[in-house]
Amino acid sequence: MTALPLLLALPFVAALALAALPRLSRTAAALVAGAATLGGLALLGGMAGAVADGEVLRFKLDWLPSLGLAFSLRVDGLAWMFAAIVLGIGALVVLYARWYLADEDPPARFFAMLSLFMGAMLGVTLAGNLLLLVVFWELTSISSFLLIGFWHRRADARAGARMALTITGMGGLCLLAGVLLIGRIAGSFELDVVLAAGEAIRAHALYEPALALVLLGAFTKSAQFPFHSWLPHAMAAPTPVSAYLHSATMVKAGVFLIARLHPALAGSEAWFWMVVPVGLATLVVGAALALVQQDLKGLLAYSTISHLGLITLLFGLDTELAVVAGVFHILNHATFKASLFMAAGIIDHETGSRDFRRLNGLWKHMPVTGALAIVASLAMAGVPLLNGFLSKEMFLAETLATESHALMEFLVPAGALVAGIFAVAYSLRFVHDVFFNGEPVGLDRVPHEPPRFMRVPVEVLVVLCLVVGMFPQHTIGPLLALGVQGVLQGPAPEYKLAIWHGFNLPLALSAIGLVGGVALYFGLQRGINLHRIERASTGKRVFDALVRRLVDLARRVTRALENGSLQRYLLLLVLAAVVLGGAPLLEAGPGFGDPPGTPAGIAGWLALALLVAGVLAVLRWYRERLLAVIAVGVVGLAVSLLFVLLSAPDLALTQLLVEVASVLLILLALRFLPQQSPPERRRGRAWLHGVVAGAFGAGVATAVYAVLTRPTRSISDYFLRTTVPEGGGANAVNVIIVDYRGFDTLGEIAVFGIAGLLLHALLRGRAGVPGTLVPPQPARPAFLLQVSAQVLLPLAIAVSLYLFLRGHNAPGGGFIAGLVLALGVALQALAAGREALGAPDGRTWQAWIAWGLVVATLGGIGSFLFGHPFLTSSTPYVDLPLVGAVPFASATVFDTGVYLVVAGATLLMLAMLARVHAQAGDR
Amino acid sequence: MTAAVLPFVVGALALAMLLSLLRLLRGPGIADRVLALDTLYVCTLALLVVLGIQWRDGVYFEAALLIGLLGFIGTVALGRYVERGKVIG
Repeated sequence: MTALPLLLALPFVAALALAALPRLSRTAAALVAGAATLGGLALLGGMAGAVADGEVLRFKLDWLPSLGLAFSLRVDGLAWMFAAIVLGIGALVVLYARWYLADEDPPARFFAMLSLFMGAMLGVTLAGNLLLLVVFWELTSISSFLLIGFWHRRADARAGARMALTITGMGGLCLLAGVLLIGRIAGSFELDVVLAAGEAIRAHALYEPALALVLLGAFTKSAQFPFHSWLPHAMAAPTPVSAYLHSATMVKAGVFLIARLHPALAGSEAWFWMVVPVGLATLVVGAALALVQQDLKGLLAYSTISHLGLITLLFGLDTELAVVAGVFHILNHATFKASLFMAAGIIDHETGSRDFRRLNGLWKHMPVTGALAIVASLAMAGVPLLNGFLSKEMFLAETLATESHALMEFLVPAGALVAGIFAVAYSLRFVHDVFFNGEPVGLDRVPHEPPRFMRVPVEVLVVLCLVVGMFPQHTIGPLLALGVQGVLQGPAPEYKLAIWHGFNLPLALSAIGLVGGVALYFGLQRGINLHRIERASTGKRVFDALVRRLVDLARRVTRALENGSLQRYLLLLVLAAVVLGGAPLLEAGPGFGDPPGTPAGIAGWLALALLVAGVLAVLRWYRERLLAVIAVGVVGLAVSLLFVLLSAPDLALTQLLVEVASVLLILLALRFLPQQSPPERRRGRAWLHGVVAGAFGAGVATAVYAVLTRPTRSISDYFLRTTVPEGGGANAVNVIIVDYRGFDTLGEIAVFGIAGLLLHALLRGRAGVPGTLVPPQPARPAFLLQVSAQVLLPLAIAVSLYLFLRGHNAPGGGFIAGLVLALGVALQALAAGREALGAPDGRTWQAWIAWGLVVATLGGIGSFLFGHPFLTSSTPYVDLPLVGAVPFASATVFDTGVYLVVAGATLLMLAMLARVHAQAGDR
Repeated sequence: MTAAVLPFVVGALALAMLLSLLRLLRGPGIADRVLALDTLYVCTLALLVVLGIQWRDGVYFEAALLIGLLGFIGTVALGRYVERGKVIG
């Protein structure tokens, strides 16, 4: 089954192509997007036969099997029906947008985003794995964000896009959490399994939380009360987007999800009480607010909210016939609302206004558009012989059949009636207030009919409204049956698609709605004049206030944590380490072992004495910064000595080199700091710092003692045994760094490189303020130093290369070798001036960092060539003269990257600090 | 013969280092302290060589070589800083 992935891929391919060709003309861009859409429709058509026979088409590729995430697609009746809506309306919208876009709008960008959305939406409908569905779900939110903000110079577009993304994104996160719960209950994220596990899911203790989370996702997406307010603000989008995303497809993703998971989640008290009240509130609130809008698209947006509430309510009622009505209304609403949005877009396009107060009497100027809009409005109002009437009748019948608490049995049909009255009223307003009711007010042009092809999509949709409304059984019947079977995962119930069901209660309610609506509209227009109602969106106000609160909170937290005091950061960091590290230590005990002791020897005691004396000296001198640097030097030396004595030559070498490099860096920076740190103002704080530092030291000492006294052969045996056969190197430390833990090392050198680049960014073009210890003296040439430095450089390079090449089997490796090289070069700068550090802007070393990262990554990828996973070494040895056998491992390539990054970042830091000296006038 | 001498050499070096440490702590001048640190490095170098002979392990010589090659950079930098206030001209 290759048609299925191809179907999904087509829009994405179109989006990529359009993004790659930003200069395409409007027609060309529309053709690309349209071709993908029509191609998709053809593929979908090819599946129709199989799906109609009740077959479920599947396609599956493992993605992250360990997480249960599979790229699995699944087409049943519901998916097929929704995909048909997405592609069908999509094709019309592409055609419409071709004529809608203005000359200054970049067409390729618009159609690329539109195709991206189409792909994402298809993904939602076709996904056969819940996690995959969530991925596409979020992608629809993101593409909707981009499309709402298409006119990104307009503040309302940006604000609307942000609001939509925040609310739907938040819902998406809830959905993810809900899906994770469901997957855990059902044992799989595959839709087939989940849909079959309805009983188990409903019986599970976590059913209610899972249901609530999933519904939050659906409600935010489908703009259900009280999350509805993003939708009216999304009307800042270009009208094709409103017609497509915000009436026909994306906002239906929520109700689609409710329908999709119906067999798994529905059929419980909790379902009824969570879904029905929300749907009912949305239905009524949306309808009432639609009537008082002054913006054409605003009215349609609130009407959309109301209709989405209607569909939600139907699925909440949870009878098989209610499902039929819900699916039917999804289809009908998509048709008439998309055409209405397009008509509104045409009016906006040809008059330059969407304001009810200015648009009047357009019938004379655009009669054809007017006629189309009137028919679609009547469908929206639910007038007989139009498709809206049919699903509305079914809806009313279902509300009357509600079986629940007596209160709900009254409220549901009553709400439906009220909403019906409002629906008629606002539909009437859309017609009467725009096309009749006087003359246009203050338009800057004379309105006229739109270009021929801009109207075609509207005509197609309106004809559909009529045909479906008059001959439902023969037109929409099969498609509806498909969808219903998909929702119920079984045969559709008995239902009759007919215009005339006889005189019954639903018909009476419809009639009351019609009469009441007409009376309401004209009554209001006479009584208070709808044009005078100024209404700011409450939802927007609440949303803005919430966002402001959140930003304030974030600022306060940030200020509390990041107040610019290095002492504070260090305190928090050490405190966190004490708590996190100390908790398990206290809980489980340190676990000291009792091995036979080894004599320390004179050297051991000496190192210890140096260490203690050095630490005490730092404490004594910490305010005299230069003295502190010297004392820290003693500590570093003592630590290196200890490493040597405890048989860790790698560490000793590294520690020595780091020691020298840090003295250099600290001295360079110290020039721009006060030579003495200020005294503590408060005694209490010094004690606090002392206690925290003491606790940290005690903790580390305990841990070290525990490690030293425990058996040494816990995990080291594994490494010593396997490094040669599997890593191809006898130096276990180096093999672990470049192979076993290669990914960590890649991250670490990236961080090191970033640190160098950050320093570069901070100091670039910045002149330091010199410190005060010694006024700068003119440089006297230091001949002895210069000569010895020159002799030393080739030696340092040789040692560096040697350490590097043999690093895989004996102490050495990229890190140590890189430091040796950096220090060799630094010595040149000490002797001959900062010109020895390469280009003054540090670009030499930036290039080293960049190439180092590239080489390291390539080294990792190189493992693929030998059929190993990323960063797994493979080792043919190559004999080099003098050095001996050198492993020609992919790990060597990786280590080269480490070498370059370490040397480059160290030298970049030195070069940038030295440059600040030059700019401070130290020359 | 070597075996008999080595402990004595280690002890002498340790004494030298302790004395250097004393000088480093007492000063009085900053130059005294820098020199004391340098002497510490030199003594460590010597100590590593002696330990390498004692324990017959070449790795110690390499550590000594690295100190000899690059260990004085810190001293040079400190000297520069004390004398001129800037390290790299």
